[in-house]
Amino acid sequence: MIFLKKLRLSTKETITGLIFISPWLIGFLTFTVYPLIQSLWFSFNNVRPTAEGLMITFVGFDNYKNLFLGDVTFSDILINYSLQIIVYVPVIIVFSLFVALLLNQKIKGQSFFRTVFFLPVIITSGAIMKSLLEQGATTFEGLTKIASNPILRENLPPVLFSLLEFLLNSFIMILWFSGVQILIFLAGLQKLDKSMYEAARIDGASNWQLLWKLTLPILAPLITVNIIYTVVTVSTYSINPVIDKIQTDMYRPELGLGYAAAESWIYFGVIVLIIMVMLLLNIKRKSRAY
Amino acid sequence: MNKIKRIIQTFSIYFILILISFVFLYPIFYMISYSFMGESDLVNPLVKWIPRNPTIGNYLEAIKVLDYSKSLWVSFLTSLLPSALQVITASVVGYGFSRFKFYGKNFLFALMLLSFIVPPQVTMIPQFLMYRNLGLLGTIYSYIIPAMFSQGIRNAIFILIFYQFFNMFPKSIEEAAKIDGARAGTIFFKIAVPSAFPAYLISFLFSIVWYWNETSLASLYLGNELKPLTLRLLGFADTFRRLYPFNPNSPTGKNLNEAIIMAGTLLTILPLILIYFIAQRWFVESIDRVGITGE
Repeated sequence: MIFLKKLRLSTKETITGLIFISPWLIGFLTFTVYPLIQSLWFSFNNVRPTAEGLMITFVGFDNYKNLFLGDVTFSDILINYSLQIIVYVPVIIVFSLFVALLLNQKIKGQSFFRTVFFLPVIITSGAIMKSLLEQGATTFEGLTKIASNPILRENLPPVLFSLLEFLLNSFIMILWFSGVQILIFLAGLQKLDKSMYEAARIDGASNWQLLWKLTLPILAPLITVNIIYTVVTVSTYSINPVIDKIQTDMYRPELGLGYAAAESWIYFGVIVLIIMVMLLLNIKRKSRAY
Repeated sequence: MNKIKRIIQTFSIYFILILISFVFLYPIFYMISYSFMGESDLVNPLVKWIPRNPTIGNYLEAIKVLDYSKSLWVSFLTSLLPSALQVITASVVGYGFSRFKFYGKNFLFALMLLSFIVPPQVTMIPQFLMYRNLGLLGTIYSYIIPAMFSQGIRNAIFILIFYQFFNMFPKSIEEAAKIDGARAGTIFFKIAVPSAFPAYLISFLFSIVWYWNETSLASLYLGNELKPLTLRLLGFADTFRRLYPFNPNSPTGKNLNEAIIMAGTLLTILPLILIYFIAQRWFVESIDRVGITGE
């Protein structure tokens, strides 16, 4: 301890700070960075677990090539997942913002509604979702009837139709993903400066203008947070078909672990890409609003 | 005129909110209603919501299929222990990021936040091999050790919660203690920890919920001996068929119907619902209390 006193104050602070964050630093290096590098290396190799240990042979981009050329299901699942996210994220963001704006009005029973909207965050797990989806308890009969309407199926472009189908067939599930986002928006709305609104109102701004010119630009950082949160939540859901596929392929000895590692890296890439595109769109919208 | 307009406005807000509440609760009503239906109610087209002959038989079946008492214990074990460790470490790390200035801090903090978007599947295979080599597979340690080192489920959020919380907390008491010669560790345990009670409680509650609901990591790391409720529910149909092999000639043979599945689903989330009812205020006010949206 005595030698610490002799050190410069800033050095001492650095050491104390590093000691405090060391659990994370050690964990991050051993359980995230090292596995990340290893799985990236695996994805360029044929990795077979044998009795003597791992048999690793370098195959270059073969795993990636096989994934897209040899395995039809993977690209299908991936496209399906991307479409699903493209439907989910805007719907969840708009819906949670809408609910937060409603809850932010002077109404009685606000805490009751908050409790109801947050309940799904507590109880939804992959297992629950799967069991409810199989029973058809995630949507209403009327909505599924719209999705099975032949006129829509024939006249809409297939991509648009599948987007609509996602929306209608798991309508309640989509809303169930919005609990945290509603609360984040609500917390942001409650911190807004009231005097700014009064000033704008005196200048003759309508409610609609207030929403677009004042509220949304201020909430923009929270929209970013919510987009990231939504994409990550939906992507790491246990019953997500991509995850299912990766975890099944891990146990297929003829493919080897490198194959599953390549799948997971493609998946990671797609998630990052989706987040970046969504954030760019959000920034664009924001700059237009100003 | 203005008054009428306001009444209509208020009325429509309530109407929309109640409608949305119904949509949110629909699957839960569905679950409760179906879980009490006997076979005759299920096939009766006149029975929509309220069973004619309510029965608890579905629950008795579901308890058997889920191996309820054992898997309930496993669920508690695999969610309480990792959560406690994850939260304790997160508070230490969050305090470190919040209170001390050091070279590269911002870079490390950004890395920590970025790690939130890494899907567990990317690191899963090497981690799986690591645990296998260390003989941790199929034991609770494969859950506990990453949690101890801030690599549990959604750990970045918890570090962020404590970081924000300590940032909001006035530094003056700590500075006074520092001038009096108290060491950083003492200040942390004597001043920071007691003051951070809301952050601990909120993080702990969320962590329990997320661990409880995790299935893909559980199926990979915990093995067959430690099967939590959610995993049992995923394998519900298979277990049922194993317990009651299909036999068309025997009148005692049972068929898996949606009522039994719904009873099983409800039993799986029942402990979470109880936790929610007790600590509901803490969940719902969490985001306000820890200032995660920034001040």
